[in-house]
Amino acid sequence: MNSVKGWLGLGITLAVVVVAAAAPWLTPHDPLRADLTSGLRPPGSPGHPLGTDQLGRDLLARVLHGARLALFIGICTVLVTMVVGGVLGLVAGFVERWPSAVVMRLADVQLSFPFILLAMTINAIVGLGLRNIILSLSAAGWVVYARVIRGEVLSVKQRDYVHAAAALGMGRARLLWRHVLPNVAPSIVVVASLQFSQFIVAEAAISFLGFGVQPPTPAWGSMLAEGRDFLYIAWWLAAFPGAALAVTALGVNLLGDWLRDTFDPKLRV
Amino acid sequence: MRGYVLSRLAQTALVVFLSLTAVFGMVRLGGDPVLLFMPMDIQAKDVNEFRQRLGFNDPLPVQYGRFVAGAVRGDFGESLRYRRDAMGLVLERLPATLLLASTALLLTLLVAVPLGVVSAVRRDTFVDHVGTIATVLGQATPGFWLGLMLIYLFSVQLRWLPTGGTGGAAHLVMPSIVLAAFFSARIARLTRSAVLDALHEDYVQTARAKGLGEARVVGKHTLRNSAIPIVTLAGLEAGQLLGGAVITETIFAWPGVGRVTVQALLNRDFPVVMAAVFLTSLIYTLLNLAVDLLYGWLDPRVRVRA
Repeated sequence: MNSVKGWLGLGITLAVVVVAAAAPWLTPHDPLRADLTSGLRPPGSPGHPLGTDQLGRDLLARVLHGARLALFIGICTVLVTMVVGGVLGLVAGFVERWPSAVVMRLADVQLSFPFILLAMTINAIVGLGLRNIILSLSAAGWVVYARVIRGEVLSVKQRDYVHAAAALGMGRARLLWRHVLPNVAPSIVVVASLQFSQFIVAEAAISFLGFGVQPPTPAWGSMLAEGRDFLYIAWWLAAFPGAALAVTALGVNLLGDWLRDTFDPKLRV
Repeated sequence: MRGYVLSRLAQTALVVFLSLTAVFGMVRLGGDPVLLFMPMDIQAKDVNEFRQRLGFNDPLPVQYGRFVAGAVRGDFGESLRYRRDAMGLVLERLPATLLLASTALLLTLLVAVPLGVVSAVRRDTFVDHVGTIATVLGQATPGFWLGLMLIYLFSVQLRWLPTGGTGGAAHLVMPSIVLAAFFSARIARLTRSAVLDALHEDYVQTARAKGLGEARVVGKHTLRNSAIPIVTLAGLEAGQLLGGAVITETIFAWPGVGRVTVQALLNRDFPVVMAAVFLTSLIYTLLNLAVDLLYGWLDPRVRVRA
């Protein structure tokens, strides 16, 4: 069962990546080009397999380009949180004393706000747009890394080979780099995969609420918000972007679960 | 136990104070707060007048002191839009959010816990596979999309349920299902793994070895012991319901704290934003405290470790 889930997750994730990368070649339409003479065509219309929106833009093209944006935001956010949270976690775990206390108190404060509320509020304050949504998600999301990595470092540090290396006179920085980092690397990968879908869903939710990525950029969240206004007459505008988001989240979740079961079964995120 | 309670209380007080500071700091992230507070098309002389009136000409530490002094009395200033006490405006909406969140929580416990237990006990059977598929799908489905699709199906097509707002029990059906969906999926998975862990313990083997029936092994020896992690994780996750409520309330026009937060952010009504975000964080923190204390009471080992 687990390997089935893993392969399914890998398959879906790869399919989404390929589709996103090949988006301009998969559809002849420009996701931004409006054509008011062919607005709100239902799915299955000639030339528009998923129909068109209120401005006559091709929905398939918008959903496919939305995948690019979602993956881009997800990857950037994961990288930023990985570096920031990872470094803070490594330092907090390795140095202990005051850096550890500072990072942990910061983490407590961060965790006293629900993730989505924090990311949304920061985004509304620092401003809208692509760069700011990545920054807001990162600011709200680095904690999970810092905590997990700190915990891992604290346990790796007690192992005999680390003590042995230290006894042989290895410097602290080199010890961290050669012996501690490679041993916490699997956890870093697992957390990244588990966080990824949370980030893309949160980005869509924030864009849906009117912050984050703004129209006319084809982001799934803002497409859903537009689709909501046309729910009575054009169900497809809300159905397809959301389905694309759900399928992507499903693939990444399955892959993440499989990675965790394989590399780090005790980890809880 | 007393030492444990006191240390948790002190930690909580510190976190609440730091969260308050974070709320103040967050609003200052955006640069000049007056420009943030004001509409885009404001005149320069009005900006100065407001800056003076709202006290933004004072040094930052003075402003911070004034903010904290007000906040401890529950005073977050006046809503810029409604000219009313900001915290009062938010507190008015709290019962609606609590009603929605507790209905969703109840729904979750009624559905997810039995599902998780059955999946674990009947591991690798048809029931378990169906349960696993349901939870995996539930976790991947974004709440706001599920909400829109339910509205389309039950309000637009079938006309069974209202699209949003409050009124009777019918108004509560879709919002609570949407809020419970993601949460249920997580709780069902956690329950399944907690029960599976307990099933592998020595005392379960002993109970079986001495010839106890499977119903008693599960009912008496397994469920009671797996209750501790389930209660803890359910309590910690319950706080995320407050986050989920932000989106659910907006979709269904449910007049709760989440919706007021989103509206205040869109209106740039920052006193209300600060009051709402702080109140949510306070409830969330107190919930975590309650879970920790409960955990310490249920499992004496925790008190010693902490």
